[in-house]
Amino acid sequence: MLRRALAAAAGRAGVSAGGPAALLLPGGARTLSAAAPQAAPLPPLPPAHREELEEFRESVRQFAADFVAPHAAEIDRLNAYPPGFDFWCRAGEWGLHGITVPAEQGGLGLGYLQHCIAMEELSRASGSVALSYGAHSNLCISQLVRHASPQQLAKYLPKLLTGEHVGALAMSEPNAGSDVVSMRCRADKKDGYYVLNGTKMWITNGPIASTLIVYAKTDSEAGPHGITAFIVEKGMPGFSTAQKLDKLGMRGSDTCELLFENCEVPAENVLGAENKGVYVLMSGLDYERLVLSAGPLGIMQACMDSVLPYVHERKQFGKPIGEFQLIQAKLADMYTTTQATRSFIYATAAAADEGHASRKDCAAVILYAAEHATRMALDAIQILGGNGYINEYPTGRLLRDAKLYEIGAGTSEIRRMLIGRELFKESAP
Amino acid sequence: MAGRVLVAVKRAADYNARIRVKPDKTGVDLSNVKMSMNPFCEIAVEEALRVKEAKLAEEVVAVSIGPKGAADTLRTALAMGADRAVHVQTDLEVQPLAVAKLLAAVARREQPGLFLLGKQAIDDDSNQTGQMLAALMGWPQATFASKLELDAAAKKATVTREVDGGLETVRLALPAVVTADLRLNEPRYATLPNIMKAKKKPLAVLTPEELGVDASPRLETLSVEEPAKRKGGVILSSAAELVDRLRNEAKVI
Repeated sequence: MLRRALAAAAGRAGVSAGGPAALLLPGGARTLSAAAPQAAPLPPLPPAHREELEEFRESVRQFAADFVAPHAAEIDRLNAYPPGFDFWCRAGEWGLHGITVPAEQGGLGLGYLQHCIAMEELSRASGSVALSYGAHSNLCISQLVRHASPQQLAKYLPKLLTGEHVGALAMSEPNAGSDVVSMRCRADKKDGYYVLNGTKMWITNGPIASTLIVYAKTDSEAGPHGITAFIVEKGMPGFSTAQKLDKLGMRGSDTCELLFENCEVPAENVLGAENKGVYVLMSGLDYERLVLSAGPLGIMQACMDSVLPYVHERKQFGKPIGEFQLIQAKLADMYTTTQATRSFIYATAAAADEGHASRKDCAAVILYAAEHATRMALDAIQILGGNGYINEYPTGRLLRDAKLYEIGAGTSEIRRMLIGRELFKESAP
Repeated sequence: MAGRVLVAVKRAADYNARIRVKPDKTGVDLSNVKMSMNPFCEIAVEEALRVKEAKLAEEVVAVSIGPKGAADTLRTALAMGADRAVHVQTDLEVQPLAVAKLLAAVARREQPGLFLLGKQAIDDDSNQTGQMLAALMGWPQATFASKLELDAAAKKATVTREVDGGLETVRLALPAVVTADLRLNEPRYATLPNIMKAKKKPLAVLTPEELGVDASPRLETLSVEEPAKRKGGVILSSAAELVDRLRNEAKVI
């Protein structure tokens, strides 16, 4: 990172001091050309915030380019973080985990707009690192901040903010995905504790999480009003994780099944109130969709980052392929879609920060962003042609990562249903 | 005890930016070029912060000279941890002597125990400002520093310098000017909370007139040109052919 900057500087400055500067920088040179993509243009924002937001974005972009992007391909290949890649603590030290957490609780006290920008820039560097970050900082941390008691916050928040502990949220089950309230995981109330039994499936950060928010049925007769949210700690007797799932994309963002076999959770670990879990769940989902929508947006930008240099480098028929109109048309469409998505997400996030998080729009942004990111990754592969189809180039990874967002945090089908239902409800005569 | 450490920072084209020469060859086209803190200045800031963290100074003050945009560079220094900043604002093209005079004027106001600078800027590569500043102040100087140790009680600094033949160690009395080389330290990463806090730290704006310095350029740039494009090499079949080419084509032997 900065070492690399200095090496480049030294190279340009013709440093006379002994020894080539590059020797100081193991592995630095390889990433130099890929480093620091140009800042993406921001759509119009209120002038009062524009400068601040651009600075914020630039800071995260630099962090992501320095610490995350150089590892993205390897993380995908290994389906794990390579040794020495301590994203959680590094990001915690740098202040990324608590963007929407109030300053007095150790966060940055910023809004969802900034959280979206951070998610976007991380996702631009690595879709899988960003997804895990989203699950940790939004699904777990933001959820805790909105519903946890002061005692619970004091106990769990500090280590989540530093990154010593990783957070997760467990909602889906093998037989309760889109139909989440049909969950079967149950929590039986005893004297001073609950006994959890059941399983949770496809849990992002499951294998590495220390603090998990888990939904379970406390009243099997009451449907959605019989769900309670619990804070579960790794190591609680009766709680275990099954093996890590081998996924199409988002490789390195660890996902697994959670198993609860007579797991005793103290009553003080109820998040919110008993049988009120569905409120925690549903309101959380709106913010979850909003923040995660910036994931596919970052992948879109990563597509642009791959494609734009390539259309200059790649020459066919004696000229750069970027001079061909069919390629230019693709570039224009990709750019337009990226900017439209960005504007939509920022506007929805700004509204959420003003206290108007719209269920319809939170579903709409991620619906739009996710499907277009997949399509854009396909276009990026097409522009790179044969190179796009081999794994030495990042476009295949971008496609595999993008597809997740049409499935995770509610499928496209559920999002359409939600939007349609809200529209029908609103327009009732 | 160094008391206060002044550190000069320069806003320069980012090390990663693609540099283009203006068509009229009067200079480098900086429109739409990302600007950042000169990397050697970053090392100087880091060293200043380490001096303060070692409790050998109470305050770190960053100074920059240049147009409005130089304030961004000062904010970067504040985000890294400098306590306050002084911006000498001017739209003139500032050359090393003018910068040294302005820094000297600021030094007379601030009375630092130590003045740190980068050894040179990656844009014009002058490598003159620190030396001129020391001369103007009548202070000892240690340039190309790769190690700095302060002895607060004796008011001395011991500096290891990277010279052609190896390392040279010098001891100098404070106040002194020290310019940072690449290996002095590894600059820290400004954290998000500190980037936000930097906005609230004091940043004073001065002009060369207020400091009583004539900052007008003394040097005239005649022409700026891109480096010659590298031509592809050729593979020769024998040493004899190489000698022939060197003698008759390149005419170097």
